[in-house]
This record gives sequence, structure tokens and C-alpha cells, in this order.
Amino acid sequence: MKRNRKIFFQLGIFIIFITLIAILINNLTINLLRTGIGFNFNWLLKPASFSLAEHPLPYSASDSYAWALFIGWMNSLKVIVSSLVLSSLVGTLIGFARTSKNSLLGLISAGYITIIRQTPLLLQLMFWYFVGFLGLKDNISIHIKNLFKLSNQGIELPGLTLSSEFSALLFGLSIFTSAYIAEVIRGGILSVSRGQWEAFRSLGLSERKGLFFIIIPQALPAIIPGLTSQYLNLAKNSTLAIAVGYSDIYAINDTIINQTGRAIECFLILLISFLLLNLVITNFMELINRIIIKPIKHN
Amino acid sequence: MEPIVIAKNITKSYTKGLRALDNVSLTVNQGKVLVVMGPSGSGKSTLIRTFNGLESFDQGELNVLGIKINSTHDERKIQKIRRKVGMVFQQFNLFPHLSILENITLAPINVQKRRQREANEYGMYLLNQMGIDSHAKKYPNQLSGGEQQRVAIARALALKPKLLLFDEPTSALDPERINEVLDAMRRLAQQGMTMVVVTHEIGFAKDVSDQVLFMDSGKVIETSTPDIFFSNAKHERSRKFLNQLDKH
Repeated sequence: MKRNRKIFFQLGIFIIFITLIAILINNLTINLLRTGIGFNFNWLLKPASFSLAEHPLPYSASDSYAWALFIGWMNSLKVIVSSLVLSSLVGTLIGFARTSKNSLLGLISAGYITIIRQTPLLLQLMFWYFVGFLGLKDNISIHIKNLFKLSNQGIELPGLTLSSEFSALLFGLSIFTSAYIAEVIRGGILSVSRGQWEAFRSLGLSERKGLFFIIIPQALPAIIPGLTSQYLNLAKNSTLAIAVGYSDIYAINDTIINQTGRAIECFLILLISFLLLNLVITNFMELINRIIIKPIKHN
Repeated sequence: MEPIVIAKNITKSYTKGLRALDNVSLTVNQGKVLVVMGPSGSGKSTLIRTFNGLESFDQGELNVLGIKINSTHDERKIQKIRRKVGMVFQQFNLFPHLSILENITLAPINVQKRRQREANEYGMYLLNQMGIDSHAKKYPNQLSGGEQQRVAIARALALKPKLLLFDEPTSALDPERINEVLDAMRRLAQQGMTMVVVTHEIGFAKDVSDQVLFMDSGKVIETSTPDIFFSNAKHERSRKFLNQLDKH
């Protein structure tokens, strides 16, 4: 009897699932017929006829939609990869500070984590863009010799100019993610037993060497999964670029939808783009896991 | 006889006013073995952990191998002490991600800046002394508890310490594994190693120790030679404790 009920239950769920998908497809077909534009990707090769403020590769309004999307991709990757690096560095530092014996350092980092984690990312991005960068003066506001210039035009480093939109997004994403990474790092460090700290200390090893040789290698298995999901979140959060006017893949998709009405095709492209990107991140972290972590566990 | 540890009126209080250590004074001379006994929570572990700075204290003064420390917990001085004092823990605390030999050579290479080869040779010598040199390339969790504790002793010896601290070294072991560890400790005592041992092993205390220190509620109740302590303890509380140990 129990088994029958189980089968009925699962069959029920299956039928509901199929029905939902059928309704969705039906809806889609009706709507596509009504708009009369059908489903195809031929428009991709037509000229985009909009300009982009930021393009790592040559781009003009006469280039195709496909090329515009590719530029959007490059812009997305640029901000994701640089935020990933920056947030990891800052997050690791804050995470260590949070576990340090120095109570002032601990208090400051705890405050940082609390403030960042309890305000919305969108708000933080707006803050960095409108207050952090556009709030600066036209001319150079902060200027360290010829090495570093900060103004409402963005950041200038030797051989590298970062727009204020990119900078605001980079800062916002990195700082937001770093607070979460700090907590992941702290959790990992706390997962190592107190006895390990006592053992390296009693051998005369300094705190720095103990962390490096003893604590971090054992904390990594607990850190990597949490870190992976923070990286995935970072990639997805980067689509908030549209709020500060940075031309990432999502913002460009949005423009194209407005121009062509190809919402379904565009969202498919977006969906597959992020699926692929996050698969790359997941697999990369999996690889790190295999290379670094496996030799540490000798079970 | 040169004193290795001199503790004067060491007091440590927890926040609730409870005293973990209450005016503890003692002296351990070179080549001597001091066994610390007492019921759980009496402060024995806390006491020996102050000797290498794993625990701080609020009042009093400690002189370990001529290095004086007090309540200020001077990290640099403590670091100096730790290079000359080895410690063995109840839970072994071996580094699970390092091989047995690496566990032993870690401190000589990174603290004393010895060369890898030299550290390896001395590490193998110590493992041989402990009768576990065949396990050098294995990892801690591939060894039995008794073997792991002998590795921990070898690790504590790697910096050629002048003093060894043992914090209930056999309490986490299966009964049939206790003797292999106690035998290793006996040999060290015979070689003249100065040792402070927190343990409930009466046989070991009787055979090996020069003095037994009995603690209760953070206080030193009595310090006697093992002959007197086990046959004719001075204090009522010591006798009560020994009676309870016998019953188990």
C-alpha cells in the first residue's frame, strides 16, 4: 500500500510538471504568432546601430548585433575576472583579520562584514557610482604623482584607464563579495581544531608560519565549496552592471531587445552564456579541489 | 642542581572569579620527573600549559630555563621558551596533512633553519628510537593511537628540548596501547630528560617520578616523593583521590 501511494505521488508530480511545461510552450507559441516575428537568429548579423562607451576590441555602430553581444561578453568577463581576484584578496585579508587575536582588528573586520552583508548590492553599486566616482570633481581629485589618478572620469594607472562605470562596478562587486568570502575563510579557519594551533605554537612556529603550513592547508577543504558558490554569485551579480550604465552582456542584451523585440532569443543567449560561464567556474574550482585538496586528505 | 622550572605564586582566574590556578608554586630540577595528579578540572593541564605559554596567567612569576615570564605574556620570550620545551598532548595533535617524517622535521626546518637532509636524518633517528621508523612515509591516520603518540613524542624531541611537557599522554589510548607509550617515556626519563607529566597512571608515577604534585581546585594540595604519596599521603584529599583511582 505504502509503495503504491509513493508511485501515485510521484506520477502526480510528473503530470503537474509536464502540464506546466506544456502551458509555457503553448503560451510562447501563441505570443510569437501574435507578434508575427517568429523565432530565429538571422537578425544577429544585422548592424547593431548603437554605440558602446566601452569596448576592449574595435567596435562601431555599423558592426553586427553578434559582435555587439561578443563585446558585451568581453566586458562582462573583464569585470567578473577582476572582481573575482580583488574580492578574493580583500576577503582573505578580512577573514584572517576577523579571526586574529587583535581585538581592534577583529572589531573593524566584523563591522565591515556586518555593514556590507546587510545592505543591498544594488544600493552599494549606486553608492560607488554616484557618490564614490561621479561625486568627485571634474579634474583630478586624488593624484599620486603620475602613478594613480582618481576623478569622476574613473581611475588612471600607468598604461591602464578604468572608466568610472567599470570602477564603480569593480569596487561594488568586489567589496560586496569580499564580505561573504571573509566569512567563508573564517569558517574554514575555525573548522581546524584548536589542538592544531596548540601543536604548531608549542613547536615554536610563528603565527604566520603556522597559518601557512598547518592551518590553511587543513582549512581549504572547508573553504573551497563556499568560495565556489560566492564566485558563482559574483558572476550572476555582475548583471547589475546595467544600474551604473556599464555595457555588460546583460545591458547589451537589454538594448537589443528594445531595438528588435527578440526577447526570447536574447534571453536564451543570456541563459546559455551564464550557464557556460558558471560551468567554467565550477569546473575550475573542482580542478583546484582535486589538485590542492586531495593530497591533503589521506583517508 | 639546576632548576628548569620555577613557578612562584601563579594565579589564573576565569571571568566568573573561579580560580583555575590558585597561588601555585613549584620547582622542577634538571633531570627530574614531576608527575602532576588531581581530579579533572583541578587545573593540572592549565598549569603545565603556562610553562610554554599556551595559557596566560594573571599573577605570579614563571622562570623556564632562565627565561622569566609574567602576566604580560611577552610573545617574544614565550617563543624563545617554546624552542626549548617540547609538548605532548592527550589528542596527539599530529598534523594530518603531513607525513610522519614531515611532522617531525617541520619545526627543525622552519624554526631552527636546519637543512632538509640533516633534519630528515635526525627525524629518522628519533623515529627509530621510538620504534616506528618503518612508518616514516605514512600519514598520521594510518597509524594506531599508540604509534601516533610515539610520533608526537618524536616531534616534541625534534628541537632537542631541555624540558618535555606531557598533558595526559595516555588518556586517549586503548588500554593495550598505553604501555608502548609509557615505555618510551620511561626510556626518556632514564636518559635524563627533565619531564613534567600530567597523568593518572599510578604505575608510571611510582616507577619513574621523582616527585608527585597533587592539585585540587587550582591549588597545590601536596608535593611528595612517590613513596610517601602512594603509601602515606599527607592530606585527606589526596588519600580520597587515590582511593577513587583504585576503584576504577
